[in-house]
Amino acid sequence: MKRKLLALALVALLAGCGSSVKLDDVPVEDKSGTSVTAAGSGAAAGNQAGAGAAQSNVASVDLSKTGQDAAGPAGTARVIYFDYDSFVIKPEFQSILDAHARYLKANSGRRAAIEGHTDERGGREYNLALGQKRSEAVRRALGLLGVPDSQVEAVSFGKEKPADTGMDEAAFAKNRRAEIAYR
Amino acid sequence: MLLETRRRFFRLGQGLLGALFALCALPAMAQFRVEVSGVGLTQLPIAIASFRGDAQSPQKIAAIVQADLERSGQFRAVDASGVALDETARPDVALWRQKAADSLVTGSVTRLADGRYDVRFRLWDVVRGQDLGGQSYAVTQGDLRLSAHRIADFIYEKLTGEKGAFSTRIAYVTKAGTRHTLWVADSDGENSQVALASPEPIISPSWSPSGAQLAYVSFESRKPVVYVHEVASGKRRLIANFRGSNSAPAWSPDGRTLAVTLSRDGGSQLYTIDANGGEPRRLTQSGSIDTEPAYSPDGRNIYFVSDRGGAPQIYRMPAGGGGAERVTFTGSYNISPALSPDGRWLAYISRVGGAFKLQVMDLSTSTVNAITDTTADESPSFAPNSRLVVYATQQQGREALMTSTLDGKIKARLGGQAGDIREPDWGPFPKQ
Repeated sequence: MKRKLLALALVALLAGCGSSVKLDDVPVEDKSGTSVTAAGSGAAAGNQAGAGAAQSNVASVDLSKTGQDAAGPAGTARVIYFDYDSFVIKPEFQSILDAHARYLKANSGRRAAIEGHTDERGGREYNLALGQKRSEAVRRALGLLGVPDSQVEAVSFGKEKPADTGMDEAAFAKNRRAEIAYR
Repeated sequence: MLLETRRRFFRLGQGLLGALFALCALPAMAQFRVEVSGVGLTQLPIAIASFRGDAQSPQKIAAIVQADLERSGQFRAVDASGVALDETARPDVALWRQKAADSLVTGSVTRLADGRYDVRFRLWDVVRGQDLGGQSYAVTQGDLRLSAHRIADFIYEKLTGEKGAFSTRIAYVTKAGTRHTLWVADSDGENSQVALASPEPIISPSWSPSGAQLAYVSFESRKPVVYVHEVASGKRRLIANFRGSNSAPAWSPDGRTLAVTLSRDGGSQLYTIDANGGEPRRLTQSGSIDTEPAYSPDGRNIYFVSDRGGAPQIYRMPAGGGGAERVTFTGSYNISPALSPDGRWLAYISRVGGAFKLQVMDLSTSTVNAITDTTADESPSFAPNSRLVVYATQQQGREALMTSTLDGKIKARLGGQAGDIREPDWGPFPKQ
């Protein structure tokens, strides 16, 4: 019985594949799998006699490309770097924040995400929380310059998206950053 | 210890290492390595004869069973090469005693007319010359490995008195270029299947207590959000997509609630959410980082990481929130808590010098052991029978998933995907 249900589910999945969902604006919804035959080493099983739907089957979901950033203020840097284990915005980045604050106040319809990042060392989840502290420091700084909170969202990528994949201090320094991304 | 009296325990020295490696040279186990370290190990000697029909079978049943048993640390394989026996044969027990085996497994795998396979086996106590029982399974080709893991579970339970965890699954993540893939594999790392492929990172997979769903953090919408993903159908639903970052999902043991880390109110704080979605309930009010929640198996407590004392340490609080007590006291960086399902052990990662080391704490005495000699350990997770821990690390400059016994004496590198491999989570016992 269970197997029959699984088989039906697979047929339904195959029939419904190929729809690409735009991921810019993540709606709350259910998405079904797109490809069952791409299932790793067991890929050929479906074509073989008597293979049937194995109990240990996994339906594969392949996501489409994610959205691209929109333009922000022209000619303005959008990365702020931090010292090791620090969440303090250094004075040299104040002019960058001023420019973004001016732009956001002048364009109240625009939204920006502040993406916090860390270097490679340490746990993924803990680094996610550390990156969040950096992005929130930038959000607060923009708030002090008069940018409404509703225009800015502070998020974190932790150590997942290093700007430089090297494993030396020079690379680490480039990765301890917050990026301002317009959507 | 019902079987203790008739067991002949073997003292193992380093000399056995070579023998174990030699046994691993079977083709189906090409990527499988067991490392034995330390002396004074007691392991049950078992002979697993090649199954009749193994040569024609797409999966070599005897080799899979043997690898499972060896990886558990409780068994030592006795050479059974060149012996043809199936489950119907009565073995010459004197011969196997001579080879110093306590037990013998015989069996067969036969292709049926409808394309399925009939897998049969029998377990013998060769010391007493006693038939310890057997089973047969009619399975599709895709479940041949599952049948081998079930055989290993039967043998493990019969001979150790404890439940085996071989027919369980492990989820993990690989990264190749910008492609991030969430895999579901057998407990030996083989038979990996893609659950999710994404151009953006995926972290923190966590099996639901039913073993049917995975919660994880996906960055596909350019920020971390938490999904719950039904593995058999690929159906996904957003469970936490609030303003800011959403991460670190952990299931309550009854499967009704997820603990998560949210930054919606500023700072990374712990919340609980109904597994069907809904409004989160805030658990911590700390002004510092609180993350990586993990429920105790009785559901009463949540272990988590906090830097409220100035550096990340592991704390414990009631599952509904309330006063937290510190659990780790050694070192200045302790993260990624995992509780054993029997409630006896806490595994976590500690930074020692510049190295990240897997630690296992006996919760009844608070004694801690570092159980690896590697320096980039991550993401520990216990087998559902609490006897092994799986973790990600770097071994000889390569990323690897390893299992280890809790004393660190028996380690195995899991097969399956090569390359940048991480974030393992060991699933529960299958629901019958």
